[in-house]
Amino acid sequence: MSIAVAHTEEDHGHHHKETFVTKYIFSQDHKMISKQYLITGLFMGIIGIAMSLLFRLQLAWPEQPFGIFEVLLGKWAPDGVMDPNVYLALVTIHGTIMVFFVLTAGLSGTFSNLLIPLQIGARDMASGLLNMISFWLFFLSSVIMVMSLFVEAGPAAAGWTIYPPLSALPQAQPGSGTGMTLWLVSMAIFIASSLLGSLNYIVTVINLRTKGMTMTRLPLTIWAFFVTAIIGVVSFPVLLSAALLLIMDRSFGTSFFLSDIFIQGEVLHYQGGSPVLYEHLFWFLGHPEVYIVLLPALGITSEIIATNARKPIFGYRAMVASILAIAFLSTIVWGHHMFISGMNPFLGSVFTFTTLLIAIPSAVKAFNYITTLWKGNLQLNPAMLFSIGLVSTFITGGLTGIILGDSTLDINVHDTYFVVAHFHLVMGISALYGLFAGVYHWFPKMFGRMMNKNMGYFHFWVTAICAYGVFFPMHFIGMAGLPRRYYTNTAFPYFDDLADINVLITVFALVAGLAQLVFLYNFIHSMFYGKETVQNPWRSNTLEWTAPIEHFHGNWQGEIPHVHRWAYDYSKPGHKEDFMPQNIPLQKGEEELQH
Amino acid sequence: MNIVLAFSILILIAIAIWQVTKIFELSQGKKIYTQIADDNDNNWNGKLMFAFLIFIYGITIFSFVSYGDVLLPQAASEHGSDYDNLMWVSFAIIFFVQTITQALLHYFSYKYRGEKGKRALFYADNDKLEAIWTIIPVIVLAGLILVGLYTWTDIMTVEENDDALVVELYAQQFNWKARYAGDDGVLGDANVRFLQDFDGKNLVGIDATDPNGFDDVVVQELHLPVGREVIFKMRSQDVLHSAYMPFFRAQMNCVPGMITEFAFTPNKTTEEMRQDPDIISKVKKINKLRAEKSKELILNGDVALDPYEFDFLLLCNKICGASHYNMQMKIIVESKEEYAKWMSEQQTFAEVIQ
Repeated sequence: MSIAVAHTEEDHGHHHKETFVTKYIFSQDHKMISKQYLITGLFMGIIGIAMSLLFRLQLAWPEQPFGIFEVLLGKWAPDGVMDPNVYLALVTIHGTIMVFFVLTAGLSGTFSNLLIPLQIGARDMASGLLNMISFWLFFLSSVIMVMSLFVEAGPAAAGWTIYPPLSALPQAQPGSGTGMTLWLVSMAIFIASSLLGSLNYIVTVINLRTKGMTMTRLPLTIWAFFVTAIIGVVSFPVLLSAALLLIMDRSFGTSFFLSDIFIQGEVLHYQGGSPVLYEHLFWFLGHPEVYIVLLPALGITSEIIATNARKPIFGYRAMVASILAIAFLSTIVWGHHMFISGMNPFLGSVFTFTTLLIAIPSAVKAFNYITTLWKGNLQLNPAMLFSIGLVSTFITGGLTGIILGDSTLDINVHDTYFVVAHFHLVMGISALYGLFAGVYHWFPKMFGRMMNKNMGYFHFWVTAICAYGVFFPMHFIGMAGLPRRYYTNTAFPYFDDLADINVLITVFALVAGLAQLVFLYNFIHSMFYGKETVQNPWRSNTLEWTAPIEHFHGNWQGEIPHVHRWAYDYSKPGHKEDFMPQNIPLQKGEEELQH
Repeated sequence: MNIVLAFSILILIAIAIWQVTKIFELSQGKKIYTQIADDNDNNWNGKLMFAFLIFIYGITIFSFVSYGDVLLPQAASEHGSDYDNLMWVSFAIIFFVQTITQALLHYFSYKYRGEKGKRALFYADNDKLEAIWTIIPVIVLAGLILVGLYTWTDIMTVEENDDALVVELYAQQFNWKARYAGDDGVLGDANVRFLQDFDGKNLVGIDATDPNGFDDVVVQELHLPVGREVIFKMRSQDVLHSAYMPFFRAQMNCVPGMITEFAFTPNKTTEEMRQDPDIISKVKKINKLRAEKSKELILNGDVALDPYEFDFLLLCNKICGASHYNMQMKIIVESKEEYAKWMSEQQTFAEVIQ
């Protein structure tokens, strides 16, 4: 690695001839790749969120005709009434897109790429080529996933967890035909992309830190991205194996997950497999995936809260320790998704124990954020509002995890809307807030311009109110016993009195959806016409703001800055300014905080 | 209802437009204008943070007042009260923590909103404080884990015994069947391979070579005697299903290729539940809603909805295909005598295949 660094250091100054294709399309520059991830992620996000609005309409006004259904769904909504198969397809693809394409690739891909080299003081990722391949594999998998929406029988519709046999048997539902094949192919490519990306992040953080950037001086963003990448490398391959085995079962007649099946008047030949095995394999990724989504958002928040509170992040060591603890625990809790799957109840006890342990590092993080705000001088920029909002939804959503993680209590709320409310708040909304916070905060770094703050405020407040408006009442219909993934609850008169709540939720969801248009407008408009930024607009300590506004491959003209202090010397006594960038040497007699 | 809704949407859109125009006015103002929060922004956003705290409390109180009656249906099984106690204890802890932490978070955001010239306190670490908020969750969670595991083991330990009623729940796209073990108390062997025997009369695939199966009874409506333990054996013939019985605090997946188990003792009959004051008011509320909807339907020339009467439910709670939302079976809990009478009217497997 040191050879690579030496080489790039010699190289600076000479401008490489860059063509349009190498600069904007097959770029190996981490900053350009980061923008490519962001824009692809946002595009997928639009599709994912739009789908949720469609099925919210159906849930609030079941089996009512809507013109928009006819326009968007065509033959799948005869006379404008949504077909049940399409409903299932919409929830499936909504989940898949939001979890993997927006909150994994869109969030981690964007900010790991942008910030890892810039914040540790490297000229680029360890391998620019792998990084480029990683993005284009992600792009390819996005294209295939979107393509699957247009196949004859519709896209995958077995839920984002695609449990076999439903997902394995084309006879079981229309969505388990070509749509499911494309889903599996898309995900296999996505996993390859994610693995290449993660390996690159890990190697870069370990090897390419600038002089003085010890592990204990790393900003918490980098700690979060680094640990996230490790979780990804450990768990994503297991999902790949599950996907491959499922492909074998579907196309080559093996029986890994299937046994004793009679469907459509026919006994199938499968013998000896078990769907529970698939559940284990899936959730071995599926649960760490929650933290793959959430940790980067928490890392971004740590950075933004400290910068905007003009205070050091409280308890840096505890923050790092809790990231590591969460990462470790996240790989041994997957069974809490399977308390009632038919696995041995003793396993349920074990997973209850490990699951509730996760509440401890999570609580430490929440309290440390709150203490960081205490006696700060809070600069309430849009990024800061989203970060505070994240802490709020992280607490609200996280607390109900105490109920769901308890195997006993899970019995009656498993797979109800209580679960939907819980995970949307704690990982969906929280991670989305992390994404928004990151975009508002690092937009100047990415595009050299500022986003409009008033539109940012409008975006935050409407979204914050609607997020609670949608997901808070949702706990109640879950506790009432309403299962998720029901096309309508009119088949059960017992649930008739929940109709009002469903209408309320849908109204909030629609307003929230509209508010995102303000963000999109702000994003695109600011990219071209935003106010030009100064080099360090938020008066931040981290290294990315010491790089020039103009982008070029290599990040810094001249030597890479050396690091002399941690990233959180905000409002340190003895300094005139309320921030001390990491590259400023310690003054005579100044002590570095022992952290 | 729809009018109110349309009206509120219109109001919200109007507010949105008003806000957006305000933004435009602001952004075209003459004063030197940056996109970084100034004192004015910090001030009003800080105050909104405090207002947001009130909003969170407000929506909590509103939800409990308006929707509190839908929370956790009345328990009708013996372990139901243990479950409910644990649930309410957990809820109390959650609400306590939620109220305090949200208050601190939003109050600090308001109280310490930035001002030019102010300086934040350099406060990076306090081991004692961090130890406190590590240890307190440890203690609380240890308590919850212990009680939870004790209850879990209690509920999930299924011990075969002669007094218990053995019932197989059989799931398929998109309906449920139940099989009673009959006089011998033993379910006959079964497999999907036998489903096509006897011209499709073998509804759950009982193995006709196993003598234990002849007295088995297959039905489409589940009857249970009150006060007697029921051991459920779940099977599925095609995809995953989940037998969810919310009133009994019971749920277990039905997995093709294996038999899963769950046991509980119903302690209230359907009739007793129908006399329960909470259920009576709920049924009344639902019937009022249905009557209103029926009026609309009749105006459109459709058939009116049937009035609702309380019954225990078995729902499918694992996505299983197009009609997943309507895969249900009625459960009737009745006295031992009524149950015995009903059972004597059913045909055994031997009688069905004759």
